[in-house]
Amino acid sequence: MEGLTKSISWIIGIALIAILFYILGDIILVSVKNFSLSFLLDSPFSGGRKGGIYPIIISTLLILAVSLLVVIPVGLTSALFLAEFAENNSKSIAIIRKSIEILSAVPSIVFGLFGNAIFSVYFGMGFSILSGGLTLAIMALPLFITTVEKGIRSVPNNYRFVAFSLGMSQFTMIKSIIIPYALPAIFVGIVLSVGRALAETAALIFTSGYVDRIPESLFDSGRTLSVHIYDLTMNVPGGDINAYKTSLVLIVLILATNTLINILLKSWYKKRIAL
Amino acid sequence: MFQLTRSRQDLYLNVFLKINGYFSFLAVFLIFLFIGKESIVALSGHSTAFIFDKSWFPSEGQFNTVPMIAGTLIVTFGSVILALPLGIISSLFANFYCPPRIKIFYRRAIELYTGIPSVVFGFWGLMKLVPIINEFQPPGQSLLAGILVLALMIFPIITLSLISSFEMASKNHFKVSESLGLKKSTYIWFVLLPSLKGQILGATILSTGRAIGETMAVLMVCGNIVKIPSSVFEPVRTLTANIALEMAYAMGTHRSALFLSGLILLIMIGFLLLLSDTLKKRFAWKD
Amino acid sequence: MIDKNYPWKNRLPEEECCESSPIINVENLSLSYDQHKAFSDISLKINRGCVTGIIGPSGCGKSSFIHCLNRMIELYPSSKVDGDIYFKGRNIFDSRVNLMDLRKNVGVVFQEPTPLPLSIITNIELPLKEHRFENIEDRAVQALKDVGLWEEVKDKLKSPANNLSGGQKQRLCIARTIALEPEVILMDEPCSSLDPISTEKIEGLIQELKGRYTILIVTHNLAQARRVCDYVYAFWYDESGDCGKILESGTCSDVFEHSQNKTIRDYVGGLRG
Repeated sequence: MEGLTKSISWIIGIALIAILFYILGDIILVSVKNFSLSFLLDSPFSGGRKGGIYPIIISTLLILAVSLLVVIPVGLTSALFLAEFAENNSKSIAIIRKSIEILSAVPSIVFGLFGNAIFSVYFGMGFSILSGGLTLAIMALPLFITTVEKGIRSVPNNYRFVAFSLGMSQFTMIKSIIIPYALPAIFVGIVLSVGRALAETAALIFTSGYVDRIPESLFDSGRTLSVHIYDLTMNVPGGDINAYKTSLVLIVLILATNTLINILLKSWYKKRIAL
Repeated sequence: MFQLTRSRQDLYLNVFLKINGYFSFLAVFLIFLFIGKESIVALSGHSTAFIFDKSWFPSEGQFNTVPMIAGTLIVTFGSVILALPLGIISSLFANFYCPPRIKIFYRRAIELYTGIPSVVFGFWGLMKLVPIINEFQPPGQSLLAGILVLALMIFPIITLSLISSFEMASKNHFKVSESLGLKKSTYIWFVLLPSLKGQILGATILSTGRAIGETMAVLMVCGNIVKIPSSVFEPVRTLTANIALEMAYAMGTHRSALFLSGLILLIMIGFLLLLSDTLKKRFAWKD
Repeated sequence: MIDKNYPWKNRLPEEECCESSPIINVENLSLSYDQHKAFSDISLKINRGCVTGIIGPSGCGKSSFIHCLNRMIELYPSSKVDGDIYFKGRNIFDSRVNLMDLRKNVGVVFQEPTPLPLSIITNIELPLKEHRFENIEDRAVQALKDVGLWEEVKDKLKSPANNLSGGQKQRLCIARTIALEPEVILMDEPCSSLDPISTEKIEGLIQELKGRYTILIVTHNLAQARRVCDYVYAFWYDESGDCGKILESGTCSDVFEHSQNKTIRDYVGGLRG
């Protein structure tokens, strides 16, 4: 039994890593052969199978910006409410928590349908950066709220008691003590949301659309990196090379944001221990 | 925290935060409202068309979604059945058999899996996996491809959940097992894993939800033929892929039928959430 | 079964408590964790059938010492052991030694009562199955009877062991150890987290078990050592103030009443802690 468990563990353990390297290796090797900086700076042409992805990068950043502009304030205030203000067994908390749980389980394509129905059709935004960004915001909200709430709860209670005993208003306490202390968690939440948003495709194809030019306004349509990969693979014969290269860019972006946050966190916690 | 200060500013703050908090509830409410509203057309008239129509042929007004429902269920079931042992065994490897200095890197590698977007998985599947399957049995784009790719996407959920459970598990139990001369594998299979039944169940339900909702990867590798597959090598179309493929040009009843598929997906997820809640009470696991 | 016919069962305090045939021989044992020394150059003998006690203040390496005797210390990667330990004449650090057998023959009862997260009866049956005993059910029942737990749990054998009280848990841990028919039972402060009544029950159990089993008990409770032990080793800090060494050893009366060492005299007299 011991030998069997051990050998199966080794086989599967190594195999899974091998597959990972195969996937990443394949992408890296094929892309690097054909990569040049112009890929990032040119516009696509011939349906995307030639040229670069500059407008797509712009659209991606714009959609990310729109969603963060919604997620951060709404998520932060929701998390503050859950952690600081609501009494523990109140109905409000239960309803909100349940809603967050449901939101985090809803499939991304259903978010796409919803985004289409409410933003594109009902509010008449059509296929636009705004529709896509707002849809992504709702998708990222549960993750952000959960992360930030944990961070806020981790603020030691002593600080709160001291603040009250000094006659501070809750508003000041939150602004000056809690938010600065929970800042790392907030940043982690942002990074996680960005990661989730970058990887998202299904929710965007019918909210922000397919257009591959630089969007002229937030009401203009635009495609993100992941949508570009999808389009090149499924709809554009001969689009594989650029799909490979775009995949590389996307993975590098996701990795970069994750590593960045790990580094930031480590230096933050070091400073905190010194406090 | 109760409102302990008497400042008016704080009162306004309270109310403001509460309103924002309810945003999530509003979102859920609106989602059900809009999806439901858009599905109504497909449900009115002959409301059971989505089950009893002859086939899925939107241009002829046929909206039988059963092949797609079957597709979703089979792909989900297959991938979870595959991901569960992969997840458990890789977590055992990370915790018990892997050289301790490599454990950190191994864990990072598994986390890397979760960072790869689903389109990229689908893309890789189409470029590399499908041709391999094609060698065995054309066409390659098949149920099997979907199951394999989806399993690769969801096993890290189980692995990472178990690894952190192992770390929190009582070190004393391991010490006691060692002192009794129990083999490592005896400890794993007869003491540790049985004590983590709840955690494993929770991670499995989470993975199932993820698999049901996956769109891009299955769309790219499953072939998308509307037919209940009779072998793993045949193509299949899931509810999610169906929506993604046809939404762009769907109008009227067709569009409504797609929203109805969305509603069906929501119901499946709702069922999973209910299951998770009841089981949580019985088994008491932490998220 | 407890065999009550050992010749030294009813000895008088002044007599030799048992044949001085050592079953465990420790020679010049030293242990360090990374750079920190736990104890150095410990040599002692544990006699077959007797209850040997190790006393001394906390931090002296007593628990670590016990962990060495069945090579449990190897679970701590930063530990480094020097010296030899002979069990029935064989060096336990020899690479040919079967760890499973060693741990069957030298069992441990830890300070914190730790049943496995299984049912009461499975706690005993699982190790029996692992070591390939026969008549597992009978042996398990007998072990429970031997520790005096049978009457209390016979109706709930399949219920989780974690629902038992502290004292019952500890007796269960002793039961699962003796079910394996060890030759030596190591006890690391077995009563320190128990109430006085459970403590009394376990001390009574130790008296019953000795003779048939060799028992080594670490305790910081001097009164307990006096009640229970035949031989005693007293650990203390060395000159530099950190790690442990043996300051005094002998039979109970030697150490408690006629100690040659002032430090130990003060310690057992309650003048030092």
